[in-house]
Amino acid sequence: MNASHTAHHDDLGHHGHAPTGIMRWITTTNHKDIGTMYLWFSFIMFLVGGAMSLVIRAELMQPGIQYVSPEFYNQMLTLHALIMVFGAIMPAFVGFANWMLPLMLGAPDMAFARMNNWSFWLLPPAAILLTGSLFVPGGAAGTGWTLYPPLSVQMGIGMDMAIFAVHILGMSSIMGSINIITTILNLRTPGMTLMKMPMFAWTWLVTAFLLIASMPILAGAVTMLLTDRHFGTSFFAAAGGGDPVLFQHIFWFFGHPEVYIIALPAFGVVSHVIPAFSRKPLFGYVSMVYAIAAIGLISFFVWAHHMYVTGIPLTGQLYFMYATLLIAVPTGVKVFNWVTTMWRGALSFETPMLFALGFLFLFTIGGLTGLVLAITAVDIQLQDTYYVVAHFHYVMVAGALFSAYAGLYYWLPKWTGHMYNESLGKLHFWLSIVFFNVAFFPQHFLGLAGMPRRIPDYAQQFTDFNMVSGIGAFGFGFSQLLVLVVVFQAMKGGAKAAAKPWDGATGLEWTVPSPAPHHTFEDPPPFDQATAHG
Amino acid sequence: MAISKSKSCRGWGSARLARGLTAGALALGTELAVAAWELNLQPPVSAGARLAYDLHTMVMWLIVVIFVGVFGVLSYSLYAHRKSKGHKPADFHDNTTVEILWTVVPFIILVLIAFPATTSLVAMRDTSQPDMTVKATGYQWKWGYEYLTGDAAGIKYMSVLATTQDQIKGLAPKGEHYLLEVDKPLVVPVNQKVRILATSADVIHNWSVPAFAVKTDAVPGFVRDTWFRAEKEGTYRGQCSELCGKDHGFMPVVVEVVSAEKYAAWAAEQKKLMAAGAEDVSKVWTLAEQQAHGEKVYTTNCAACHQPTGQGLPPAFPALDGSKLVKGPKQAHIQIVLNGKPGTAMAAFGAQLNDTDVAAVVAYERNAWSNKSGEVIQPAEVKALRGK
Amino acid sequence: MSHAAGSNRYYVPEPSIWPLVGSGALLLLAFGAVLSMNSIANGGLLLLAGFVVLLIMLFGWFGRVIGESEGGQYNIQVDRSFRWAMSWFIFSEVMFFAAFFGALFYVRVLAVPELGSPAQALLWDGFVGHWPTAGPAAKDSFTPMHAWGLPAINTALLLSSGVTITWAHWGLIAGKRKQLILGLILTVLLGVTFLGVQIYEYGEAYSHLNLKMTTGVYGSTFYMLTGFHGFHVTLGATMLAVILVRSIKGHFTAERHFAFEAVAWYWHFVDVVWLGLFVVVYWL
Ligand code: HEA
Ligand code: HEA
Ligand code: HEC
Ligand code: CUA
Ligand SMILES: [Cu+2]
Repeated sequence: MNASHTAHHDDLGHHGHAPTGIMRWITTTNHKDIGTMYLWFSFIMFLVGGAMSLVIRAELMQPGIQYVSPEFYNQMLTLHALIMVFGAIMPAFVGFANWMLPLMLGAPDMAFARMNNWSFWLLPPAAILLTGSLFVPGGAAGTGWTLYPPLSVQMGIGMDMAIFAVHILGMSSIMGSINIITTILNLRTPGMTLMKMPMFAWTWLVTAFLLIASMPILAGAVTMLLTDRHFGTSFFAAAGGGDPVLFQHIFWFFGHPEVYIIALPAFGVVSHVIPAFSRKPLFGYVSMVYAIAAIGLISFFVWAHHMYVTGIPLTGQLYFMYATLLIAVPTGVKVFNWVTTMWRGALSFETPMLFALGFLFLFTIGGLTGLVLAITAVDIQLQDTYYVVAHFHYVMVAGALFSAYAGLYYWLPKWTGHMYNESLGKLHFWLSIVFFNVAFFPQHFLGLAGMPRRIPDYAQQFTDFNMVSGIGAFGFGFSQLLVLVVVFQAMKGGAKAAAKPWDGATGLEWTVPSPAPHHTFEDPPPFDQATAHG
Repeated sequence: MAISKSKSCRGWGSARLARGLTAGALALGTELAVAAWELNLQPPVSAGARLAYDLHTMVMWLIVVIFVGVFGVLSYSLYAHRKSKGHKPADFHDNTTVEILWTVVPFIILVLIAFPATTSLVAMRDTSQPDMTVKATGYQWKWGYEYLTGDAAGIKYMSVLATTQDQIKGLAPKGEHYLLEVDKPLVVPVNQKVRILATSADVIHNWSVPAFAVKTDAVPGFVRDTWFRAEKEGTYRGQCSELCGKDHGFMPVVVEVVSAEKYAAWAAEQKKLMAAGAEDVSKVWTLAEQQAHGEKVYTTNCAACHQPTGQGLPPAFPALDGSKLVKGPKQAHIQIVLNGKPGTAMAAFGAQLNDTDVAAVVAYERNAWSNKSGEVIQPAEVKALRGK
Repeated sequence: MSHAAGSNRYYVPEPSIWPLVGSGALLLLAFGAVLSMNSIANGGLLLLAGFVVLLIMLFGWFGRVIGESEGGQYNIQVDRSFRWAMSWFIFSEVMFFAAFFGALFYVRVLAVPELGSPAQALLWDGFVGHWPTAGPAAKDSFTPMHAWGLPAINTALLLSSGVTITWAHWGLIAGKRKQLILGLILTVLLGVTFLGVQIYEYGEAYSHLNLKMTTGVYGSTFYMLTGFHGFHVTLGATMLAVILVRSIKGHFTAERHFAFEAVAWYWHFVDVVWLGLFVVVYWL
């Protein structure tokens, strides 16, 4: 019924004078167009950031300096991380939010459609600043994505470009988040109370809050860095009464919530995919919501677990250790709820479900190693080693990225109107999960044995595992190109997708036809209790 | 003691090449032993390291058990509750009892972990009543050690990577301790509580030795302390563990733990050497003498950035060969070496080098490569410019 | 299709070029700033160009929004969206200031005392870790800014501007146009006077107190906190001026005047930040 209602608006000339061609994308105020742009931008950035990681892995294939100079290695490392975090993973989930939130909530669009477009169009300038910095004298910032002073004070022009890129990315995130929060709070269809809305909306509600609270902090940190660099302030210089460690406090006050900004929307996607392919409602909706809120809240109180060896006082180390351990409780609740959702369901293993399961297995491994790192006495051995690199790639690549893939395969029929090629999808999954582990599992051992991170060359006892890791990384990287094939195929043709291609799926997004018409839910759809909880 | 005789290895002489070759041959023999598939933390050699090791083992098993438990259940479900096997979905979606249970049980587990984690950490942080204290200063990219108390009080020196550029660039076979060797390691006695005061002259470095579970940031402008009591003689190796710029991967920490007697002998010898080598500011140098000394100072202190060829790595690190400043008046040249250039990687070397060294390195730069000025610079001239 | 106010359709604006113009402006500004901070040619020119484009964008975009609002296209639900958005925007601004307040707290309570502690005597022998300070390596002395001179006057100015804007709001609600306009004029004047006093204060600091941006961490926190606040006062005063013009044009009714309220909220926020500044930067 909704389908027929919305279908007759399915034309771009809706307002009579809508621009076409490239101008359509530049000027659009349509959440689906903007979502699409976010997703493409994110994927391109993923390839760029991934190519940089391949430079890193190639250099690390063997001991010795082979392909790139140490300075360039550091620049690759920095840009790889900044691009992956701010250019690939975050925009991917904003893209999902743009596409799916109005559809899930029964809203005609995002609350501020024009500002939504600006949030997106701020990303290309930031990307230009970041990648462009490689080509200026002195090259890009070679400080790691953490930008610690005084090293970052020493850097050249590329550092300033990175700083302004961060400012612009921050503006984009804040505007995007205001938009998302407002959409969720104000544009739900009548009858959909907060405790009945889809889990993806819940995760984004909390994520948007984290973004609004933490991005300005990062902006403040890099602003102080800028004035220390150019205007003679001494925030981070002991000679003037400041402290380099102050930057780390501010950075991680942003940085730790940031990692949950990456993780929470991923949790949201998985909370839709798992019930759909278990043909069983999500277990423990209410406790899921509390867990998300708890994670969001606690994430502001654990930041110094990244700073155990900076010389913070013993009491500080103890407090931050306890607080960090605490985060395992709500995250555990989520893991247990997902497992129980599958318990006694009717499970089938299409590609979205495979990626969701991959997420679940590997994210948990990453979370558990996070727990090891949280224990200060152990972290003293592991801080700044490859163990940390392994930890965060498990939570960010196998966690966030796999979840994004789960979402991509799950909603692709809704976006394109065609089913994707299931065998290619499965191939993509199996190649990804195998190569991912080949690439990153050995890094745990490297870290335990004491190999520091952020080095372009290493002692010989680390050779074998690095070689293995490199092979895995190249395999993983090239497997990702399959996504392009799958997506292009689905865009061009393939089996027609029904309005609801997954028999176990629930939620308003499946009540509109596939592909979703350009304009949907111009009048709020009736909300059916049975479809609650997505 | 071999250490006291060894000198800077950052040269490119033929003797060095020969040495590199023998080391390479050695390395071939030990290749298999070196390239071990290490799976765990390095064997602990101090009480602190043992605490960390045991704690890690305990937590490690704990997470393995949790993982196997959770995914055992999941795997059973994946197997038994497949749709393809015709399993019909149940539709329960809440159960307050189990939800409370799996909130409380993990919490209790974590509280149980917190106890040993706390006591271990408290023990590891106790730096009181050391037997001796050494100040370790991070420089881009080397460590400077200064013995503050004990037999060796007053001794200070730089500890620089000993692996040759040829090995790094693959032009010579890599030695057994590739990248983990220095010209002069830190020497400490066995079974003595050594307190390390870490600080830095430029950016943040990190002084770390895994065998002692010691890892502490060296923050410029601040002193941080840590300690260890090595239980076995031997050489222990770590690396700078905080990104500090281009050669972050090339500033190892090497600690030589020796018996009390050997330590005393080493300290005595170092003191004698220091007395013999004490600086005489009034000494008048000849060009040849100064060039030889200057080249040494240059290779240890300057070549990392300005390169052995004097070409630098522009634009980040300017070339000195042909530089306007180097070819200009010597006062400005001496001054930039003494005071550095704030906000850049060019540090104030006045704090690290004495007048003789500064004079020598400046004179070297003014005569090396294509800068053939023929000038000699006397230490007294440098002394006069200090603090100006 | 009509979007009449009171219809329960949510208003979705038409395609617009302004977002792209805004991004272009920021790109120009960023490159301009990068170049001029590194003393490279044409930086200033790019900055200026970016600024001009930004202004054009703001005029175009806000003009559009005002037009839509006056055209009656915003229903109650849209109004509620604006309220949420403005609240969250102000919250983000609060967090931005929190970074700087946090930095001030950290250096005063932790870093400076630590630098003066015996543990650091190895490096900074003789340094006394008392606030205010320009740090252990400072060469010349300075006089900190006293709270009970110009800053106290500024406090009074801002507090009264908070009163005048509330008075203007009452006027608006009660339909007393004169009170509305007079109240706004007074508020703008108070804001501008505040800025004037602040500029004078900076002049004093530089010429008589030897208190500069480069005066160690005291100078850093002093100028960055008060400077960003001053920047926000400038923004707020500009927004007030716009609202004043719109009030004169008769844009607002007693029931529908969200733009007015948004600016008033913002102004109160700026006010509250100042109180925080007055206490922790000047007074304590
Ligand atoms: C998506 C991103 C993400 C996520 C979700 C996490 C999650 C966690 N992280 Fe991670 N972390 C990063 C991204 C992330 N991290 C990054 C990027 C860095 C490095 C930054 C840099 O330096 O560049 C880092 C670094 C990092 C450090 C610093 C290491 C160092 O530099 O020395 C620490 C230390 O405490 C830590 C801890 C944790 C913990 C405890 C969690 C917890 O949230 C995990 C909770 C999950 C579980 C525990 C598993 C599931 C739970 C159960 C099955 C229940 C039962 C469990 C128990 C009872 C124990 N992380
Ligand atoms: C979400 C974020 C994210 C993601 C997705 C990734 C993905 C990957 N990362 Fe990254 N990484 C970080 C975040 C991320 N990383 C962070 C935060 C750091 C810390 C940086 C720091 O220390 O400051 C880091 C650091 C880091 C290191 C440590 C370097 C060091 O410490 O010295 C390594 C080394 O192996 C690495 C590897 C990889 C690999 C192999 C992938 C792979 O998953 C990538 C796979 C994808 C591809 C390979 C793309 C495929 C494309 C092609 C093959 C074609 C290319 C073509 C064109 C461009 C047209 N990463
Ligand atoms: C950590 C890197 C580093 C090291 C080590 C280093 N320098 Fe420099 N040096 C620099 C940088 C960077 C500059 C450029 C500063 C600037 O931007 O003006 C510089 C500039 C100079 C200049 C001025 C060159 C010119 O043309 O303006 C001289 C002379 C110089 N260094 C001498 C030395 C000497 C002598 C040593 C060793 C005792 C040394 N440097 C060690 C980084 C280094
Ligand atoms: Cu010194 Cu890294
Ligand atoms: Cu964290």
